[in-house]
Amino acid sequence: MAAGPSNAPPSKSSVYHGLGTRLMLPSWIVIGIFLVIPVGIMFVYSFLTKEFRGGVIWEFSLASYDQFFLYRGLFGDEPPTIEWTYLSIFWRSIWQAALATFLCLVIGFPTAWFIATRAGRQRSFWLFLVTIPYWVNLLIRTISMKFLIRESGPLNEFLLMLGVISEPLQILNTHLAVQLGLFYSYLPFMVLPIYASVERYNYALSEAAADLYATRWSTLRYVILPTVKPGIIAGCILVFVPSLGAFLAPDLLGGAKTFMIGSLIEEQFKGSAGNWPFGAAASMILLSMVLVVLTFYARAQTKAEAR
Amino acid sequence: MDKRFDLRHFPGFRSVTFFCLFLLYAPLVIVMIYSFNDSPSITNWDGLSLRWYIDVFYGVEAPKYKAAAFNSLTIAVCAAVASTTIAVAAATAMHRAGSFRGRSISFGLINLPLMVPEIVTAVATLIFFSAVGFKTGYLSILIAHIVFCIPFAYLPIAARIQAVDSQYEQAALDLYASRFEAFRLVLLPLILPGIFSGFLLAFIISLDDFIITNFVKGAGVETLPTAIFGAVKLGIKPNLMAISTLLLLVSILFVTLSYLVGKTGEKYHARPK
Repeated sequence: MAAGPSNAPPSKSSVYHGLGTRLMLPSWIVIGIFLVIPVGIMFVYSFLTKEFRGGVIWEFSLASYDQFFLYRGLFGDEPPTIEWTYLSIFWRSIWQAALATFLCLVIGFPTAWFIATRAGRQRSFWLFLVTIPYWVNLLIRTISMKFLIRESGPLNEFLLMLGVISEPLQILNTHLAVQLGLFYSYLPFMVLPIYASVERYNYALSEAAADLYATRWSTLRYVILPTVKPGIIAGCILVFVPSLGAFLAPDLLGGAKTFMIGSLIEEQFKGSAGNWPFGAAASMILLSMVLVVLTFYARAQTKAEAR
Repeated sequence: MDKRFDLRHFPGFRSVTFFCLFLLYAPLVIVMIYSFNDSPSITNWDGLSLRWYIDVFYGVEAPKYKAAAFNSLTIAVCAAVASTTIAVAAATAMHRAGSFRGRSISFGLINLPLMVPEIVTAVATLIFFSAVGFKTGYLSILIAHIVFCIPFAYLPIAARIQAVDSQYEQAALDLYASRFEAFRLVLLPLILPGIFSGFLLAFIISLDDFIITNFVKGAGVETLPTAIFGAVKLGIKPNLMAISTLLLLVSILFVTLSYLVGKTGEKYHARPK
């Protein structure tokens, strides 16, 4: 990087040749110090011993991971068996996130397709309508949902008025409420990437399929879906990953029985009941799961591009 | 055209789209309507009034929410300025500085805050501040916000730089402009719409954040989302709906602004490849 500007004439596309490192430095420093190093420290913390008022004692221990995976009886003297408490919370989170992803896809794909096939100005208007909720405060959207589905809320009043139900539905504090919250929170995250993919779709492909006597739906199944797959995968990732670690929907719409990973982690850092090393370990496990999903995504994306 | 022969048409997709938009907007619209309810209960409807908006600004809880709003706004402005500046430098490096050491890993690094789940970032940041003995409070919130705002500021700016032909800067250099002048007088004005979009998005993202702020705020310092969350835990009150509606309008205003700026920018300068 010692080359001065005089002896290195900038190449055609790189006006600021040689300055790359210096221009990049602020990002490296900020993200490095305040995100990469913290994740490293969190990893270390997951192997420390907990202190009772929150915080840690600097003594190496596998207690957090042990507590997560193994049950050793009430007094810790029984032969270890699998501990289901936390695994079932993780399993529930995966299940809820997967269902939310599926529902978002079912609603999101037709929406994205419909918008992308509108004419110019109409299209930007539709797209704008979908974009707004994307940027509206997630907390406020979750509160709105809570307001809507609570026992004496507008949804129940409306259904009672129609006579569809005779007693208010108890939706809050159920798995359904959490599912509704996740679906509602991340629906726009599904529509936008699929839209971006469909927008680049070449309709000549559909015409070719139609010329070969493909029906509309088989064209969708065998021509359109494989072509816009990168957008679909991106959308699924954008819904699945935040749903997996969601905190607001399970906390505000759910109850004790609908605990998800996010709530489990949060609980370890609030108040005196907390257990920092255990929270760090749970975060590490969540992070590894997300990394696995992202690796899968990167592979699928490279494959799709190679085609 | 007859729909039967329009290959872009799929029966039912229009209804699904309407259903989707209905789902997205119904809860928000209902909260908006109820924020004008002249009743201390959130269930009964007592006619239209602005009393809860007046309550937000002059009521018993007004000082609490005003302090929180002040924190939220100043943090959002500072975080957006800092992250946009960092993002402009990073985007220039990625698209105008040729190859340099660490370029390939830089893209991943900038997008890292988007890939790590929010709750994990929150835990890691809290543990970090605790481990180095940094007192959590206003400053720790600001630092955390700068970090996760960087990718949001980066994306529109990078898209803009890519769309601007580097011949403009080459021409400036040929006319004996220094590289800094080429940047300041040529590139910067051309990518200004992208910078503005990036700034607005970073601002909104910072203003909206709850999870990370909730972890690193420490005792006593509140932003609007954490203050609202704390109040919701005790039950939804009508004044919360007024605050929610106000925040909603702020978000809509900023997104519209960002959208319009992006549009005007598209007309000029950008040359199709």
